[in-house]
Amino acid sequence: MIDTITSFLASDIRTAIPILIAALGIVFSERAGIVNIGTEGIMLTGALMGVVGSYMTGSVFIGVIFACLSSMVFSAIFAFFTITVKADQTVVGTAINIFASGFTITLNRIVFNVNGNIPKIDVFNIVPIPFLSQIPIIGEALFRQSIPVYIAFLCVPIAWFVLEKTDIGLKLRAVGENPKACDTVGINVNRIRYGAVLFSGLMAGFAGAFASMGQLSFFTEGMISGRGFIALAAVVFGNYKPTGVLIAALIFGAGDALQYQLQASNTGIPYQMLIALPYIITVVAICSMVRKSNKPASSGVPYIK
Amino acid sequence: MAFLEMRHITKRFKNVIANEDVSFQVKKGEVHALLGENGAGKSTLMNILYGMYEPTEGEIFLEDKKIRIKDPKDAIDQGIGMVHQHFMLIPALSVIENVILGMKDNKAVLDLEVAAKKFTKMASKYNMEIDPWKKVEELSIGEQQRLEILKLLYRNAKLLIFDEPTAVLTPGEVEFLFKVIRQLTAEGHTVIFISHKLTEIMEICDCCTVLRQGKVEATVLIKDVTDKQHLASLMVGKNVELITDKEDSKPGKVILKVEDLNYQDSNQLNLLESINLEIRSGEILGISGVDGNGQSELIQCITGLKKSSSGRVMINDHDCTGYTVKQVLNEGIAHIPEDRHKMGMIKEMTIKENLILMSYDKSPYSKKSILDWKWINKHSEKLCKLYNVKTPSVDEISGNLSGGNQQKFVVARELDRDPDLLIAMHPSRGLDIGATKYIQSQIIKYRDKGAAVLLVSTELDEILEISDRIVVMYDGKIMGTLKQKEANRDELGLLMAGVI
Repeated sequence: MIDTITSFLASDIRTAIPILIAALGIVFSERAGIVNIGTEGIMLTGALMGVVGSYMTGSVFIGVIFACLSSMVFSAIFAFFTITVKADQTVVGTAINIFASGFTITLNRIVFNVNGNIPKIDVFNIVPIPFLSQIPIIGEALFRQSIPVYIAFLCVPIAWFVLEKTDIGLKLRAVGENPKACDTVGINVNRIRYGAVLFSGLMAGFAGAFASMGQLSFFTEGMISGRGFIALAAVVFGNYKPTGVLIAALIFGAGDALQYQLQASNTGIPYQMLIALPYIITVVAICSMVRKSNKPASSGVPYIK
Repeated sequence: MAFLEMRHITKRFKNVIANEDVSFQVKKGEVHALLGENGAGKSTLMNILYGMYEPTEGEIFLEDKKIRIKDPKDAIDQGIGMVHQHFMLIPALSVIENVILGMKDNKAVLDLEVAAKKFTKMASKYNMEIDPWKKVEELSIGEQQRLEILKLLYRNAKLLIFDEPTAVLTPGEVEFLFKVIRQLTAEGHTVIFISHKLTEIMEICDCCTVLRQGKVEATVLIKDVTDKQHLASLMVGKNVELITDKEDSKPGKVILKVEDLNYQDSNQLNLLESINLEIRSGEILGISGVDGNGQSELIQCITGLKKSSSGRVMINDHDCTGYTVKQVLNEGIAHIPEDRHKMGMIKEMTIKENLILMSYDKSPYSKKSILDWKWINKHSEKLCKLYNVKTPSVDEISGNLSGGNQQKFVVARELDRDPDLLIAMHPSRGLDIGATKYIQSQIIKYRDKGAAVLLVSTELDEILEISDRIVVMYDGKIMGTLKQKEANRDELGLLMAGVI
């Protein structure tokens, strides 16, 4: 029984991490007033480019840099159209998603040749933390993980601190609430928004790289399969706060973990139903949320002087 | 020596000239009024000074040094601050966060405690204490304005621009604001006061620059002005009657009766509490009060836009409680809604389409569901002429007309239906003096024809001038009823503030 719990927790955390990393990035862009619908596509790009980087250089860490840089290029395009051109964020984000889907399939086939064997690449290895990983039940789950998992958890308090306690965090929150007022106190609204969107792109790329090189060991087409959207949902469910996002990611991850566990234990439930579980949990969780939302007042609205 | 001088400022937006060759000087320590009607270019001029716009031509001098203001940041650096008409605060943030937001000398990691101490000390100096840790959304309108002033002083502003600062305040709050302004100028601050309210300018200002159609009409010392009429004529460019002529009312039978009306919103807040009203034919009942004290809810409950929680609405002795909007309108009620653009008209549609919004389904506007455009064209042209709507044609998109002309066709549409009761909410909001006087005279003319009028306004002058009886609302309750002849500003002010 304890083994089951431990492995459930471990798999919950592993599946929660890409959602958590991407969602932390989205918190920043949302708080600045930009809804980055393109997260799904940007994660997908990060997943592929991470693998390409790792394959070419033999280092998973350079792979991550590849992933982050390419994702920032994608989010820069998103930022240009939504902030400078003031286009509709949903439309541009959807365009990014469609483009990323085609782009990653094409590039994947060019670089890795569909019918060829899957080459072995450098991936994230488990780095157990001495002593802590020996703690019963949670030690295994929390402290026998790869580096990105530790980074993701560390990012939660850091993100909270930056948002709530620093000058840049105050400006960012203010810009998402009332950009016009920010303009009158001399804040460059667009610059803050660009920064926030680029950061959310960086995090989405990192999340994608972890999905392809931390959870899997290679890229498969369409492998993000909705986790970018789940990250967007996690931000709403987590009430636009880093700690809330952590809880939301763990709940959504639990759906996935449960699904694996149930499939493995032969319950007789059709596996299609089980695969749908995390998505059903997402929908139910979002719909059951009836409380005062922290949603920034100018979220999704372009700022026109 | 002039503290601030703007020289030959011209600002063009595409083809429209908002300011043309405007020059004016402000002395140190004075309150300088900028008087003009809506669209006279006051706000544009001040937005140039504050760096929101760059002037097409012209120069700005501060203490005899030429300065260039590209954005608000430059203005703040020069010690210029502005209290905007619509407050530039962020409701979701705390008071102290709003105060320090965007300041240059903020450290990367903020120390709010230290800032809060400095803020509290400064606030108490001006008797404007505000809890620095409260969220701005919990502050009253008056407190928000005080916060805006403190925000500027915290940034060491030497020149403070107030854009129509009294529009949202109760008379008591206005008095307090004037006290603060006097304290500021005594300390050597300089104030620019934008307004179109003559009484206030006469009370608080030392000097007045009048703008008309983007140009400087005159600069006068207030102590040389003997009567308001002179300023008003300068502002509109022709002699205007400030006092509306009106005969005594001859009340007839009861048209509208509201009995013990209550309204609760979805959060169980009592927005209306036992409202009792009666309006007779041939009289104007004015509802006065600061915005947001239940006036909108009362009108919406009467017109069927909201369902009251309890109580009765009787029109012509006929119980109309819970009627739909259409049923209420058919009882002979006309409604000039509070927000012209959101409720009064459809900006994207033509004037004639707007004119038939209430009657398109009736003969002779339509027959068997087919609109009779020939008749509608003729009728619309007639209405535009009758109500002085200045438009190239009835096919003009209504959004292209000036505010005054838009309101005129809204009034035309409502009065043309020949109602027993006219409900007019803020009928002159945002209009210039000429249009205001026209609309008010139409309302009085309609009363004289024997209709009942329910007038809701936040402008004390309007309420005092045209209503026969005055009701004051505060916090969803009726504080008192006064006859026009017995009403005076001070008593109304106290009632509006909920003091008596």
